[in-house]
Amino acid sequence: MSLEIIVIAALVAAACAIPGVFLVLRRMSLMSDAISHSVLPGIVIGFFLAGSLESPLPLVGAVVASMITVVLTELLYRSKLLKSDAAIGMVFPAMFSVGVILVSLYAGNIHVDTDAVLLGELVFAPLDRVNFFGLSLAKSLVWMSVILLVNLVLVTCFYKELKLATFDGGMAQSLGFRPVLLHYGLMLVVSITTVGAFDSVGSILVVAFVIAPAAAALLLTDRLSTMLVTAVAIGVVSSVAGFFVAHSLDLSIAGSMATMTGCAFLLAFLFSPKRGLLSRIFGTWRTKTEFAIKMLLVHILHHEGNVEAIDECRPEHLTEHINWSQGFARKVVKRSLDRGLIEIVGTMMVLSRQGRDGAREAMEY
Amino acid sequence: MINLSEFFSDYTLRNVSLGALILGFGSGALGCFALLRRQSLLGDAVSHAALPGIVLAFIISQSKLSLVLLAGAGIAGLVGTLFILGIIRSSKLDADSAQGIVLSVFFGLGLMLLTWVQKLPNASQSGLDRYLFGQAATIVESDLLTMAVVEGVALLTMLIFWKEFKLLSFDPGFGTAIGLPRKVLDIALTGLIVVAIVIGLSMVGVILMSAMLVAPAVAARQWTDKLGSMVALAAVFGALAGLAGSVVSASIANLPTGPVVVLILSAISAISLLFSPHRGLLSKILRRYRIQEKTT
Repeated sequence: MSLEIIVIAALVAAACAIPGVFLVLRRMSLMSDAISHSVLPGIVIGFFLAGSLESPLPLVGAVVASMITVVLTELLYRSKLLKSDAAIGMVFPAMFSVGVILVSLYAGNIHVDTDAVLLGELVFAPLDRVNFFGLSLAKSLVWMSVILLVNLVLVTCFYKELKLATFDGGMAQSLGFRPVLLHYGLMLVVSITTVGAFDSVGSILVVAFVIAPAAAALLLTDRLSTMLVTAVAIGVVSSVAGFFVAHSLDLSIAGSMATMTGCAFLLAFLFSPKRGLLSRIFGTWRTKTEFAIKMLLVHILHHEGNVEAIDECRPEHLTEHINWSQGFARKVVKRSLDRGLIEIVGTMMVLSRQGRDGAREAMEY
Repeated sequence: MINLSEFFSDYTLRNVSLGALILGFGSGALGCFALLRRQSLLGDAVSHAALPGIVLAFIISQSKLSLVLLAGAGIAGLVGTLFILGIIRSSKLDADSAQGIVLSVFFGLGLMLLTWVQKLPNASQSGLDRYLFGQAATIVESDLLTMAVVEGVALLTMLIFWKEFKLLSFDPGFGTAIGLPRKVLDIALTGLIVVAIVIGLSMVGVILMSAMLVAPAVAARQWTDKLGSMVALAAVFGALAGLAGSVVSASIANLPTGPVVVLILSAISAISLLFSPHRGLLSKILRRYRIQEKTT
């Protein structure tokens, strides 16, 4: 039972991460939020038309409703009356409101629970089973496998086109590709994935699976293909980790998995070797010290052999003349000594041969 | 429908409509700044991020006083905002990825905490659920007073720093150049927006709160080019929609207030986008048509 839940969660994470990478790169992350909120009215209306949740109509309705949101947002943005964020912020609350109103007006007649749509409950996912070539499998397991497979096939087939349109839309257009078509195609993929995922993890947490692993991957690599693989891996690992945390503490599984994707992102944000916050801070600090050492060498070279050299080349003088703090000055002098760039003769700092070369090199620029 | 005397005698309805009016007024006014600074979806992120704050405040204080819970919501909202600003500033991710991450992850954390609270022995936590979707009908007089005072202080602050906030919204570079403390103002203005969001949570809930900020501002923007009249107009739109929404929802059984208010606001914005005299779509089309006639 719990193995099945883990597999479903991993499938959801993998399926969401693939379109997520393109959303993050195309700066449209929040479209996934808009899409996932628009699912509700579609499900309700589909349910009215079909009369049961068993038929595929509610799911079709959900996809249609989210595409309506996509088109309306795009139209509002195209009208140039609104910026893209305001356009998103206008459309999906209205859609969601329609959904909530429909649910509450006809709550007696339908079994759509707003909580269930929004928050999902992974524990119940294995209860709904289908027969698949004689095997009894959870319905969402089959669904998510199909969606993941489709996403994989689409990315492989349209890899070149997606890459080009994502990084250079103008070029793609001039080469005769249709970026608009690709945009709507991508949105359709996102909405189908969202609809497939919402009944296991809920429509709000889908957003976490779409955006967070992709954003973390963006901080870890510069290659699109590596990014896709990394995002899928991060998504799968955090969903499995989230399951075990939730299981051992008996908490909401979906909530804990979303929190784990957040933790994964935080780790990447802090510790990514190239783009992490720490490596940035360390890099700035190192550049500053390197520059200070060069400055010290040039300073000594400048005064070398002058009358005032005795005064200017004292280590203590640095705080007065170059306005370094005492600690910083001491550190710079010590580093230069350690590297054999300068020597201390009496009270004076003198350039070694290596140091003189360094100073000349610095002045070449 | 309900007549006027009934309106004033019905305690719940009076509370709800007054609350919606106060909320609409404040979020309409402050939403203008969010819109102008391209932070429309900040409301969405902050309101989702407030959820763990509400639950944590309940866990720590064991009280369901709205002031305590709102304080928790406010703190979590601010923390979320700082996360967003930090991610934007020190990574190559842009605003909407940062907002999306904070929104969904904080919300997930909130859900986790919520399921934890539900297992506590004294878990009469039904009051927490209402922050998800908002339950206007549960508003009592003391909530109303809290809302009015906090909203009043927020709006007063906005008026006192009007000039600074205006400059920050339209030309932050110039503001920095003449020596305004940009970071402080930035956080102050965002803080005010967070306050407006947090107040609305119990009325319209986490998910619809962003519309209360964006929609009135979008509508007001269509009718004027002056910040002063835009803010005033947005406040009026927000208040009207709040009032109308609560009356409509009270007159039909099972109709929730928050979504109705949001739909009325959306209708106001749609009408403004289409039919406003200068910026409206219709007048733009007409103008283009006329120019075409003239030139051919």
